[in-house]
Amino acid sequence: MSQSDDSEDGAGGVFSRRGFIRGAASTAAVLPLSARAVAQAPTVAPEAQSPAGTDVHTVTLRINRQLHTLSLDPRTTLLDALRDHAGLTGTKKGCGHGQCGACTVHLDGERILSCLTFAIMADGHDVTTIEGLSADTGALHPMQQAFIDHDAFQCGYCTPGQIMSAIACVGEGHARSAAEIREYMSGNLCRCAAYPNIVAAIDQARGSQEN
Amino acid sequence: MQRFAYRRASSTASAVHMARSATEVNQAHAQRPSTADTAVQFIAGGTNMTDYMTLNVLKPATLVDISRLPRESHARIESDATGGLRLGALVRMSQAEDHPVIRGSYPLIRDTLVLAASRQIRNMATLGGNILQRTRCEYYREPSWPCNKRSPGSGCAALDGVNRQHAVLGTSEHCIATYAGDFAQALIALDASIETLGGPRGARRIAFADLHRLPGTTPHIEHTLAPGELITFIDVPAGPWTVRSRYVKVRDRESYQFAVTSAAVALHLEGRTVREARIALGGIATVPWRARQAEELLKGRVLDETLAMKAAEAALVGAQPRKENAFKIPLTKHTLVRALLEAQAMQV
Repeated sequence: MSQSDDSEDGAGGVFSRRGFIRGAASTAAVLPLSARAVAQAPTVAPEAQSPAGTDVHTVTLRINRQLHTLSLDPRTTLLDALRDHAGLTGTKKGCGHGQCGACTVHLDGERILSCLTFAIMADGHDVTTIEGLSADTGALHPMQQAFIDHDAFQCGYCTPGQIMSAIACVGEGHARSAAEIREYMSGNLCRCAAYPNIVAAIDQARGSQEN
Repeated sequence: MQRFAYRRASSTASAVHMARSATEVNQAHAQRPSTADTAVQFIAGGTNMTDYMTLNVLKPATLVDISRLPRESHARIESDATGGLRLGALVRMSQAEDHPVIRGSYPLIRDTLVLAASRQIRNMATLGGNILQRTRCEYYREPSWPCNKRSPGSGCAALDGVNRQHAVLGTSEHCIATYAGDFAQALIALDASIETLGGPRGARRIAFADLHRLPGTTPHIEHTLAPGELITFIDVPAGPWTVRSRYVKVRDRESYQFAVTSAAVALHLEGRTVREARIALGGIATVPWRARQAEELLKGRVLDETLAMKAAEAALVGAQPRKENAFKIPLTKHTLVRALLEAQAMQV
C-alpha cells in the first residue's frame, strides 16, 4: 500500500499524476509531500482552502499514532481532512454518501465511514488509515497479505476500505463463517465483484489476527 | 454545503441551552417560518445529517454536537427490575445489537438493528438519531424536484413519478414518502416511550406512537418535538411477548438496503392460542406503523396460516397504492404472515 502511494506521490523524483496536479495547482513553489513523510512527523497543514472570512477551526487528530493539527472549515469531512489536509490519500472517496464503504477508517478502533463524519467532531480522537497498518519494518498486516494471496481485488479502488473493514470485522468476532463475513462486510461494495476472493482473504487472515 | 456554526455541548443542559439560543436567533432572522424549525439541529452519529447536508437537502445554520455528552449516563443500556429496557439516546446501533439483554430478551429490537444499514454506519449512528432519520424518497433527496417535505408548497413529484418505493399507508395528497427506519417499528410495536429535555415545559415523556406526525397538509413537520427539544432516553416496557418476537425485512438486495416491506411481530402465546400480539409494518407507511386491527383479530385465537393471512388483510385495509407500488400490498401481507409464523415457531 505505502509503496504504491509513494510512487503515486512522486517520491524519489518519479513524475506522477498527483504530484503534477499539486505542483500545477499551487502558485508558490511547494514540494509535494509524500504520504510517508507526513506520517513520520507531526505537521501543521497549510491554511484550509476556503474563502476568506470562513469559520476555521483548529482540529487535532491522532492519525496512525502521529498527532496532526489541522486548520479546517467545519464542513470538512474526516475523509477530506485525511486526503487533502493530512496528505494521506490511501483512504478513498467513492460515493461520498455512505453507500459504498471505500472511505472506511478506524475511529478509536472501530470501523466508521469517514465521508459521513465531520472532521471537527473527531477532534482529539484516534484515526487509523490503511497507511497505519504495516509495521515499522514495512511488513504488511496479515489482512493486507491475505488480500494479495487471494487476489481479492481487481481495480483496487475499494481495497483500502475493504481491508480496514475486514480487520474490524474479525476484531468484532463477526467473521466466523462465510455467511457472516458476507453480512458484516456488506457495507463495502466492490464493483469488480471480487467478493469470493475477499471472503477467502478474510477467512485466511482471521487465523493470524486472532492468534 | 451551506456554511453552519458548530457548537459542542458537554452536557444535556448546555446542549439544550445552545439549541434554544441559536433557535431564537434564527427565528428572528428566518426568511420563511418553515426554515426556523430545522435551522438548529443536534448531531451525534451524523450519518443521515451529513449526507443530507452534502446534498443541500438539510441546511442547518447551527449544528449542536451532542456526541460528547457523558457516555456513562447517555450511552448506557440498562434493564430495570421488571426487565424493561432503558436506552440512552447516544447508544450506538452496534452497541445495542451486541448487548446480551437485547439479544436474549428483545430479539425483535436486535433484528431491526442488525438488518439495518452496514456495520460501519451502525458503529456511528445513535438510537436517538435513528428514530428521527429522514425519508430516502428520491425526490426529497434531490433538491431540483418539487417536494412538500423539503420545500413546503412546492408540490410532490412522487405522486405521479417513480413511486415503487413509496408508501401506501398514512399518505396524503401532499406526500407519500416512506418512513425508512427499522428500529422504530420495534419501538412502536413494543409500546416504547421517549424522554426529552428542552420541550415547551422542560422535561417530558412522549409515547413513541405520538412522536411521528402523519404528513397531512404539512409533511415538512415530521414529529411532535419542539425546536431544540432533545431526546435523552428511550424506554421499552417489559412484557411476556418480547422474547417471542421477530422482524422480517424484505429487500431488493440481501443486505445493506432499506425495506421494501417489513413486519415487526411480538407474540404472547398459550399453546397455539394468541393471548397478545404486537405488530408493526415498515417500508409501506409514511410513519412507523402499528397494525392494531391485526392484533385484535389474532387475540384469543389459534394461530395458523389462515388466521395470519386474515390478520394481514386487516392490517392493509385502507392502503392506497400509486402507479408503481401496488405490489407492496400483497407483499406486505405475505411478509406479515411469515413473521407471525416464524415468531410462533421460535423456541423460547
